[in-house]
Amino acid sequence: MLHLLWLVPAFPILGFLVLALVGPRLPRKLAAVVGVASIGASAVVSILVATDFLAAPPANGAFRQTLWSWIDIGWFRPQVALYLDGLSLVMTTVVTVVSFLIHLYSAEFMADDDGYSRFFAYMNLFVASMVMLLLADNLLLLYLGWEGVGLCSYLLIGFWYRDPVNGLAARKAFIVTRVGDTAMALGLFLLFSHLGTLDIQASMSRAASQWPVGSGLPIAAAALLLGGAVGKSAQLPLQTWLPDAMAGPTPTSALIHAATMVTAGVYLIARTHVLYELAPPVQLAVAIVGASTLVMAGFSALTQWDLKRVLAYSTISQIGYMFLALGVGAWTAAIFHFMTHAFFKALLFLVAGIVIHAMNDEHSIFRMGGLRRLMPVAFWTFLIGGCSLAGLPFLTAGFYSKDLIVWAAWSSPRGGWALWSAALLGVLLTGLYTFRVIFVVFFGEPTAEVEKRPGPAMTIPVIVLAALSLVGGLVELPPALGNLPLFSRFMASALPPFEGGGGGAMSEGLSGLVAAVAFFAGLYGAYVFFVRRRSLANQMALSRPGRALHRFWFADWGFDWLYDHALVRPVVWFARVNKGDVVDAPYRGIARVSQVLHHGLSLTETGRVRWYAAGIAAGAVVFVGIALIL
Amino acid sequence: MQAAFYIAGAIAVLSTLLMITRLNAVHALLYLVVSLLSVAIVFYTLGAPFVAALEVIVYAGAIMVLFVFVVMLLNLGDRATALERSWLTPGMWIGPSTLAVVLAVELAWLLGRSASGAAGETVVGPKEVALALYGPYLIGVELASMLLLGGLIAAYHLGRRAPEKAE
Amino acid sequence: MLPVSMGQGLLLASFLFALGLVGLLVRRNVIFMLMSIEVMLNAAGLAFVVAGSRWSQPDGQVVFLFILAMAASEVSVGLALVLQLNRQFKSLDADEASVMRG
Repeated sequence: MLHLLWLVPAFPILGFLVLALVGPRLPRKLAAVVGVASIGASAVVSILVATDFLAAPPANGAFRQTLWSWIDIGWFRPQVALYLDGLSLVMTTVVTVVSFLIHLYSAEFMADDDGYSRFFAYMNLFVASMVMLLLADNLLLLYLGWEGVGLCSYLLIGFWYRDPVNGLAARKAFIVTRVGDTAMALGLFLLFSHLGTLDIQASMSRAASQWPVGSGLPIAAAALLLGGAVGKSAQLPLQTWLPDAMAGPTPTSALIHAATMVTAGVYLIARTHVLYELAPPVQLAVAIVGASTLVMAGFSALTQWDLKRVLAYSTISQIGYMFLALGVGAWTAAIFHFMTHAFFKALLFLVAGIVIHAMNDEHSIFRMGGLRRLMPVAFWTFLIGGCSLAGLPFLTAGFYSKDLIVWAAWSSPRGGWALWSAALLGVLLTGLYTFRVIFVVFFGEPTAEVEKRPGPAMTIPVIVLAALSLVGGLVELPPALGNLPLFSRFMASALPPFEGGGGGAMSEGLSGLVAAVAFFAGLYGAYVFFVRRRSLANQMALSRPGRALHRFWFADWGFDWLYDHALVRPVVWFARVNKGDVVDAPYRGIARVSQVLHHGLSLTETGRVRWYAAGIAAGAVVFVGIALIL
Repeated sequence: MQAAFYIAGAIAVLSTLLMITRLNAVHALLYLVVSLLSVAIVFYTLGAPFVAALEVIVYAGAIMVLFVFVVMLLNLGDRATALERSWLTPGMWIGPSTLAVVLAVELAWLLGRSASGAAGETVVGPKEVALALYGPYLIGVELASMLLLGGLIAAYHLGRRAPEKAE
Repeated sequence: MLPVSMGQGLLLASFLFALGLVGLLVRRNVIFMLMSIEVMLNAAGLAFVVAGSRWSQPDGQVVFLFILAMAASEVSVGLALVLQLNRQFKSLDADEASVMRG
């Protein structure tokens, strides 16, 4: 069954081609069927491949399927080949299953839209690119998928292109990720020029044998690849594009900007983990980036009034957790958190879509209220997703994955109390902002009547995702709670094990307990501020420091302002100053010279016979003179 | 004979000079005729009696007469003379004179440098010219006759009055 | 016939040519310009005849004959054009007909 692996990207590509070429001419139902079924088929194949892989793991824990030879120039021979090991299997399965659910949801969500088939075409292309990225066996093919998802992200953020705001958001996303992509390309050049191959496994083994730990080359390569990962995953300092990307349709936000594309950076670092182990300073940088991002995004999420923007900052924060895990060497924990995050974040976005749709495209949480009784399905699923996000102990998947990371931040030789407290602060903040949203939106007095209720196509996916958000964590139970590390064992062939043991005074159980306390503190804090004594919250917000902090956190810690003043304005100023185009001046100068000469010489065309006769005579004088002299 | 050459040459130059400075067209034409006649004498002194005769008959006798006819046709009167006076300011002469003087000097210099022989030793009479014309230069004769035909037709057409009705 | 040097004959021709050139450049009246052109043609013919006489050959005189034929046709066409010019521009100013200017 493993040899069917190529169907996983092939189905979405086929769906894209059909929808791109004949989509507008198909009836809506057929376009939806094509779009959803292609992903469904892909998901089915990936589940079959997964069961086969689990039942009979291939040799070396990896299966390679070469499709064809892409480029063949001398010793540069990247191929179109798929590499399946534990890491890519987990991520591919999660991506295809969640994509299928989101496609099913969007069949109903986008039903009123004009660009129905266009939407599914873009989404299919996205899934195809993402799967290519995950299954690529060489870095060039990975980069192809990388660029493909970036393109689809641009196309989908600016899906409602008639509104220029969406176009601006799409451009911003593309340009900011481009900065990261350039760094990544430089990293690929570096790797290729020094290691001679872009095949991932081959280059990693060569790097391990050729480069000593901590030398310049792996540090440079790892840092450049980190730049690419930071851009795609919206971490510091390139996180400014993700909140604005919420201008796209909600299924897009759910799929691309929550569950899949933004985790491509995590995948990249996990894939090239050998490089990071060879460059400890860069790995420390990964951890610091993750920790600082998760705290900063947490504070920003606390101030947002747009429901989707809260979830966007929440995504940035959770990916910060994954980066933190990667940075302290807890590779498996990061992928575990990716899996659970895909479930509950997609769930949260889909329910947010339901709620926004029901409130007639109202995005502000302060204009919603009391939806607990009006939309019970939405309430319970959002509650489950929110608890999973915040990490409700024992019951939710998010608890297990997040606790693993918190513990790893403490116990890893590369961790420490600073990273651990940052992770805990993140838990507190996550609880605060999540329950803030839940209490404001679902509790209190209803503000409007709910007219549009979701149909089965929108309800079933959210219920499935809610179920996964509850039980998805049970594949990795920590020693204190059952000791069932199925996930880690599965990933052992692909990723190095976590070198814990630096626990010292704290055990894993104690760390988990502290995290649980932080969760309840966040829950209680949200309850106090947003249910019981809203006046206190208002007072805090309106006070002098409160207002300043609120503005600061609302504006994403001033990054947009910084980039605008440091980068955008000088470029715009320069473009304005150089309107006359200095470089073009010599060429225009040549034209000008010939024009001037023309005007000058045309003065000799007087039209008078005597003048011409004089010219002839003068010419004769000159020639006779030359004959004289020579 | 040499004296005849020099005297005729001097008269030719002088009358040409006078011709180009006249205001009245007919006066200038008459001076031109004098110049042509003196050139005919020069031809004779050089031992070319045939072209001397041709010069007088054709050039001075036909072409100049044609000029005179046209000038009479145009009926240029005192107004034309006044116009000429206004056009011929002394300042006008400077440029062309310089040009022509330079040219003449250059030509004289060239002539001075190169060797020359004696001209006019023998008389080349009409017989030799005729033999040359109807011998080796036969094509030239035919071409000249076609040229004359072309000139005739062109002159007839161009000199017509425009037709009454619009075309 | 006592011979004259060819150089002097050619010198006379060049003087006449130069004078004709001056006349062409100075005068604005078309009739005078045509007359000056005749002078120049005559000078050229003189040069030919001098050269032919130097070598005691009839070729110079033959060419002079051709020049004569050419001058005749040129004068007739030219004067016809002068008549047209007079009719069109109502004047004999050569500078009037300067429409083909840049």
